[in-house]
Amino acid sequence: MKKLLSGMIPIVFLSLLMTGCQGVLDPRGPVADTQYNLIIYSIVLMSLVLIPVFIAFGIIVFKYREKASSHHYEPPEMEGNKKLEILWTIIPIIIVTMLAIPTVQATYSLEKSPSPEQKPLVIKVISAQWKWIFQYPEQGIQTVNYANIPKDRPVKFKLTSAAAMNSFWIPQLGGQKYTMPGMTEVLFLEADETGTFNGKAANFSGKMYSDMTFTISSQSNQNFENWIQKTLEMKPPLTAVGMDQLLSPGTVDIMTYSSYPKNYDYLSNLKGGTMNEFGEH
Amino acid sequence: MNLESIKKFLLEDFFVTGDPFIYAADIMIGLTSILIIAVLTYFKKWKWLWNEWITSVDHKKIGIMYMIASLMMLIRAGIDALMMRTQLMLPSMNFLDSQQYNEIFTTHGVVMLLFMAMPFLFGLINVAMPLQIGARDVAFPYLNSLSFWLFFFGAMLFNLSFVIGGSPDAGWVNYPTLAGEKLSPGPSINYYLLSLQISGLGTLMSGINFIATIIKMRAPGMTLMRMPIFTWSTLITSIIIVFAFPVLTIALALLTIDRIFGSHFFTVAGEGLPMMYVNMFWLWGHPEVYILILPAFGIFSEIISTFARKGLFGYRAMVYSMIVISLLSFVVWVHHFFTMGNSPAVNSVFSISTMAIAVPTGVKIFNWLLTLYKGKIKMSAANLWALGFIPIFVIGGATGVMLASAPADYQYHNSYFLVSHFHYVLISGTVFSIFAGLHYWWPKMFGHTLNETLGKWGFWLFAIGFNLTFFPMYIVGLMGMTRRVNTYSADAGWTSLNFIETIGAYLMGIAFLIIVYNIYYSARHGRRDQTGDPWNGRTLEWSIPSPAPEYNFAHIPRVEGIDTYWLTKKDNRKEPSNHSTYKAIHMPNNSGQPFFMSLFFFIAGFGLVFEWIPIAITGTLGIGAVMIVRSFDEDKGYHIPAWKIKKTEMKQRGQNHEVNK
Repeated sequence: MKKLLSGMIPIVFLSLLMTGCQGVLDPRGPVADTQYNLIIYSIVLMSLVLIPVFIAFGIIVFKYREKASSHHYEPPEMEGNKKLEILWTIIPIIIVTMLAIPTVQATYSLEKSPSPEQKPLVIKVISAQWKWIFQYPEQGIQTVNYANIPKDRPVKFKLTSAAAMNSFWIPQLGGQKYTMPGMTEVLFLEADETGTFNGKAANFSGKMYSDMTFTISSQSNQNFENWIQKTLEMKPPLTAVGMDQLLSPGTVDIMTYSSYPKNYDYLSNLKGGTMNEFGEH
Repeated sequence: MNLESIKKFLLEDFFVTGDPFIYAADIMIGLTSILIIAVLTYFKKWKWLWNEWITSVDHKKIGIMYMIASLMMLIRAGIDALMMRTQLMLPSMNFLDSQQYNEIFTTHGVVMLLFMAMPFLFGLINVAMPLQIGARDVAFPYLNSLSFWLFFFGAMLFNLSFVIGGSPDAGWVNYPTLAGEKLSPGPSINYYLLSLQISGLGTLMSGINFIATIIKMRAPGMTLMRMPIFTWSTLITSIIIVFAFPVLTIALALLTIDRIFGSHFFTVAGEGLPMMYVNMFWLWGHPEVYILILPAFGIFSEIISTFARKGLFGYRAMVYSMIVISLLSFVVWVHHFFTMGNSPAVNSVFSISTMAIAVPTGVKIFNWLLTLYKGKIKMSAANLWALGFIPIFVIGGATGVMLASAPADYQYHNSYFLVSHFHYVLISGTVFSIFAGLHYWWPKMFGHTLNETLGKWGFWLFAIGFNLTFFPMYIVGLMGMTRRVNTYSADAGWTSLNFIETIGAYLMGIAFLIIVYNIYYSARHGRRDQTGDPWNGRTLEWSIPSPAPEYNFAHIPRVEGIDTYWLTKKDNRKEPSNHSTYKAIHMPNNSGQPFFMSLFFFIAGFGLVFEWIPIAITGTLGIGAVMIVRSFDEDKGYHIPAWKIKKTEMKQRGQNHEVNK
């Protein structure tokens, strides 16, 4: 029974790997790859602990259960055993060390661009109530609830928020980071395939939080440049008034603008709000 | 103010209207209140309720009241959980709208952690700990009563939000800026802040009380290293409480001042720092997790040792591991927000400190296994909960180590993987321990055992339902399902797993009904515990009659070692000859003051929730008034005369004892 159970664990995870529906276990970029490898490695490492403990637990509980034949059996008193206790202090230390080393390595490497030889594309991400705003400072354009990125080029997302805290997460490209009002976090991601990836608001941000999804499309460099060009030529500019409207609470469809207002204070909603202290608008 | 504006206020801002769930709740609350009042009046029980329970300072009665209140809260938050699972059973469900869902997951979390798990453990501690150390009550019985009533009125204030003013809806962590005045105006978040504040004061007082009790009131001969392991876990937990809860008190107070009086501690305007709240919250929040788990470890240790008929393996290592865990619990808080852009150095340090917790915890697991090894394991209901805890908790712990790896956590954070992890540790740890402890100490509280067959059914259904509910959550989390979403689309591919989870949740609901039915059934048909020692116990609480008499110990025992009662039984020692003579015992008087003081806290809290300052001031003055009354109160307690003790002992010890004479 216990053997069957321990045999099932890898199968469960294997079937999981094969489903691959836009999740963490279906990575499409170097950052997500690093994290995927760390996750699988830690699952294997933990199985090395889990399986022996399960087997030992099963055997002990079965063998020493109270039964009719053990009526006269009186268990021995065992105070403890220094050697054994030192042994199972050391085993977890070794296992934890085996996980800690790649953890620290990955912690440092993920702070840097996955492809340092290339100049990253910078995209500023602003979470609002309840939509995602993407600004391309070098190109001057803005999108809402979707973003296009070139394949095989690192993207430097600069994350902030115009309202509640949120968390910017594209599972197939890599782990999340928080967007926080008044602060800027940096997240490097890169796609090594073309395709559309689901992005999520991962941190609860109020009423319409569940609707706050976006997509990231990874495209060939040529297509990406064409899209920028077309956006600059064909799409409307965004004024400060338009931005005010965009930041007001609610959900919107995807949007594209050829420009966005410079020097806009994204914290105005949190600072002034709808009413100031004198009761005026 | 004209009539129309009052009506408008009552219907739009004060009472929550326009929602069938709320109306149903209104009706339920109304009917239940009428029923309770009618029953109490019909059976003329008002006086009994007041004299025997509400004003009681007896640690056992306070413990029982803690448990009754927590059980009610478990039902409430359990219904919250079932409603969430119903909403998520299938994609695009419309059972709850997003606002309702947000309120329900918030209240589920807050109630389960702070108004269910912690007070339930306090109930068990209150009942068992003084008995384990051979004391006649806790160090400060009056303060103990105040702790309970502060918890109770805090919980009531929180639950009131459901029908008056609206429930908190910013998650149990209640982070600003979402929980700030700008994004969440109105009373709902104030309810969260003030109810936690009031009950948190009670928790802090309990922590102080338990420490004083354990340090000062142990029976002669009970050195620290002879204390029962559950008492040790209580001591360490209480020390954590004393260091952690003031941080919560301050965080809540600052956010309250921000919201009600317009300061800028955590607002973006005026250079406030929302992240400061996050840090303070988890500086309390992570130790809080160990406040919930260490007493559970203590309960399991007692039960496993008793039902394996063996002393706890590696008692010293068990104590030291708990001390190490308690120290580490204060240096891991950043792992709750690895993803908030800390430097890699900070994340590395906190990753390693978090992983380090696996070491003392691993020691405990192996020592439990070795306690079972060569034992004679009785599969009682209490022990099933304790044994079931081991494999499930190990899974939860292993995923905890996985989550400790900061870069991988970027992918787990805020996903169902995390949700599953903390339910694996908190349910198999705290909730299992509560049910285990309930079965184990029930005879000591009520004089009869709970039915074993029903108890085992309850365990198996609950354990199976639990794994069905939460194991798929690991997988669905890795598939990218974020926590707190109120619905998902069919093409996300999460449907079948969510469906299984909901089935599991309902199984747990059924198991819970069996557990509650068992309480009723056993009250009527339960086996009377004549011996005071139904499990062949090892610690002092089993040396006195069941239910424990008011004064606990007619003679304060002399402690000879770890598991002192077991040693007495093994040596087949006769009771000392002086045990046939009894002396009068000094006891504290009951007091209604803690009830009234807490009621004034409730009034002050309610005033602040609605920002009605005159009411808040009235309540605060009331608190001060009761304090003044208390200061001039020359209550010296009373004595139970020797003849009365003799009578009680004779009667409760039963025929056995008299035959021996």
